[in-house]
Amino acid sequence: MKLKQKDLLGLEYLSKEEIELIIQTAKPFKNLFTRTVKKVPTLRGKTVVLLFYEPSTRTRTSFELASKRLSADTIGISVPASSVVKGESLIDTVKTIEAMKADFVVIRHSMSGAAHIVSKTISASVINAGDGMHEHPTQGLLDIFTIMEKKGNVKGLNVAIVGDILHSRVARSNIWGLNKLGANVFVVGPATLIPTEIEKLNVEVCHNIDKIINRLDVINILRIQKERQEQNLFPTFEEYSEIFGINSYKLRNAKNDVLIMHPGPMNRGAEISSEVAESKNSVITEQVTNGIAVRMSVLYLLAGGDGGKSETFNS
Amino acid sequence: MEVKVKLLILNGIVCDPSNKFEKKADILIENGKIVNISIKSKKRKLNAKIIDAKGKYVVPGLIDMHTHLREPGREDEETIKTGTRAAAMGGFTTVCSMPNTQPVIDSVSGVKFILTTAKNEGIVNVFPIGAITKGSNGLELAEIGKMKGAGIIAISDDGKSVMNAIIMRRALEYSKMFGLPVISHCEDMNLSANGEINEGYISTVLGLKGIPRQAEEIMVARDIALTELTDGKLHIAHMSTARSVELVRNAKKRGIKVTAETAPHYFSLTDEEIKNTDYNTNTKMNPPLRTIDDINAICKGLSDGTIDCIASDHAPHLIEEKEQEFRVAPFGIIGLETMLPLIITKLVNEKVISFREVIAKLTCNPAKILGLRKGTLSVGSDADVTIIDSKQTKTIEKFESKCKNSPFIGKELTGFATTTIVSGKVVMDGGKIVSD
Repeated sequence: MKLKQKDLLGLEYLSKEEIELIIQTAKPFKNLFTRTVKKVPTLRGKTVVLLFYEPSTRTRTSFELASKRLSADTIGISVPASSVVKGESLIDTVKTIEAMKADFVVIRHSMSGAAHIVSKTISASVINAGDGMHEHPTQGLLDIFTIMEKKGNVKGLNVAIVGDILHSRVARSNIWGLNKLGANVFVVGPATLIPTEIEKLNVEVCHNIDKIINRLDVINILRIQKERQEQNLFPTFEEYSEIFGINSYKLRNAKNDVLIMHPGPMNRGAEISSEVAESKNSVITEQVTNGIAVRMSVLYLLAGGDGGKSETFNS
Repeated sequence: MEVKVKLLILNGIVCDPSNKFEKKADILIENGKIVNISIKSKKRKLNAKIIDAKGKYVVPGLIDMHTHLREPGREDEETIKTGTRAAAMGGFTTVCSMPNTQPVIDSVSGVKFILTTAKNEGIVNVFPIGAITKGSNGLELAEIGKMKGAGIIAISDDGKSVMNAIIMRRALEYSKMFGLPVISHCEDMNLSANGEINEGYISTVLGLKGIPRQAEEIMVARDIALTELTDGKLHIAHMSTARSVELVRNAKKRGIKVTAETAPHYFSLTDEEIKNTDYNTNTKMNPPLRTIDDINAICKGLSDGTIDCIASDHAPHLIEEKEQEFRVAPFGIIGLETMLPLIITKLVNEKVISFREVIAKLTCNPAKILGLRKGTLSVGSDADVTIIDSKQTKTIEKFESKCKNSPFIGKELTGFATTTIVSGKVVMDGGKIVSD
């Protein structure tokens, strides 16, 4: 099986089968990491441009490693946020990149819809590495990969996403992906950080995690930003932490095998306690490893790779 | 060459809501005035230039009471010349220019500039609207009386709300003396801050900042209350929500002097369009596109008379301004050249309201609100006439406006102006601007 589209702009636009294909294809890539030579020649001669309008360490490094382990050439372009308004337009920038014959453009941008602009402008494959508050599809995919790896399946699992849902592209991608695979999704956070009409995305809204904690199979904890306090979305970090922060006490009634996830970077002591982050239930560092495998899978499949054949990398 | 000062419009269906007149008739124009409307005219003897309007509607020249001509200050986007050409193309013989130019039209000199430029370069009538407050900053009243003397026909801080209720109160009270309506852009700017599109499912899915409908409705309610307090004359600009319509309907029932307009996009498109077009910034306007419930309420408000007028809110922006990330792209779309076909396609052909009712909302209704001696075909009035082919179907692609920021490009619409006549002079004919 192959992917139909040239771009990955969001999990909203993928079918269940396509998500499953990406996940299945990621497995052999992950196995590669335990070998001494972690590299395959699959994308030799291809160029991946990492166009980052927002500072990012882990996503950028992850995409770069994913590309390099597929033997693609990578080039990183960092554009300071100030030049979105003052500098060259996004359209002109990506036209220039296209003229340099890039095969992939991985874009991270602070504004929703930026990846769509790139997709409409150029014929190279576009991978959305996070656009504003819209989607971060590879994060959603790596979260799903991690859940599948640990739980075997996603269908029927109770998954809570906790924190600033309003501003979170990670939350949106997870919601689309998890729902397509049949999970029950809860969003937990202060009423000020839950977006309007989110129930229409088939999620249950909850403001008190105690009420649902004993049913949860997965808790995905989002980073809370200081900026949100300044916007009066909650009174203080301390109060946020007390009500929504995940610590051992809150987990006292949780299932023994509840998975604790976090897309990083963490604010230890704010949305997650160190104890929880370091607990046996935490898969936070594995998410990082899985991120590379999933991104390799996405690059491979968007390049026209056949999902069934990636198994050969296992040999 | 003989100059024909006489113009005879033959065989059209004359529809003049101001005189409750709708039948086949001929119109004779002489020296810029309407001199005769008759069922049978003696064309041979008249030595007049003849326009055959067979199968077409002949209506009073259309009035757009909400136009951004961008001059002075943003002549790269539009000028009085190009904006009035777009108006003529769309069948408008009169436009009312909003004062949020650079600088803001908040003084006599600004008003004089608009009028002089319009006289020299414009091809349709331009009536300036003056600012409510100096610089439209919402802090101090502008010289409303002096601007009235210079020729303004209303006041507005359009683009912004007058956020301070005491200033709005004073504006409503003070403008009463001059019979000037206060045109209110209703938006609680604290509630709408940083907003991009209607707050709802679509804003949630697209990850765009929401503008709650209440940002508009709170101000509609406040301004109605202030109008009740002051007995002033309030006109609500570009109304977009169901609850706003309800507030105006109730206020009118209680005898409060409030009138209202909507714009074609508020009965033509919903916020779904933003998603369907993958963040096309030509779907970004303020107030934002709402939902199907709002469209239904706007249509009801149009049919029951709650909404008095339809105005374009013509807001030109350059391609390079619009072809940016959604958040940084400016609000607004052009509208003069798509307004009439949208009205005929979406309202008349869909049987929301009759042709005659809709023509009233483009002619005598705005004329009455603004105190203009326009919008009628009465004998003796200015010969501003629009001829409409209600059956003509075209795909929207070209514009006389300097800008092309329209969400309707590529859409097939029905009902276009074929001739525009200003004071007896044909300024547009057969889809072409007629130059001297």
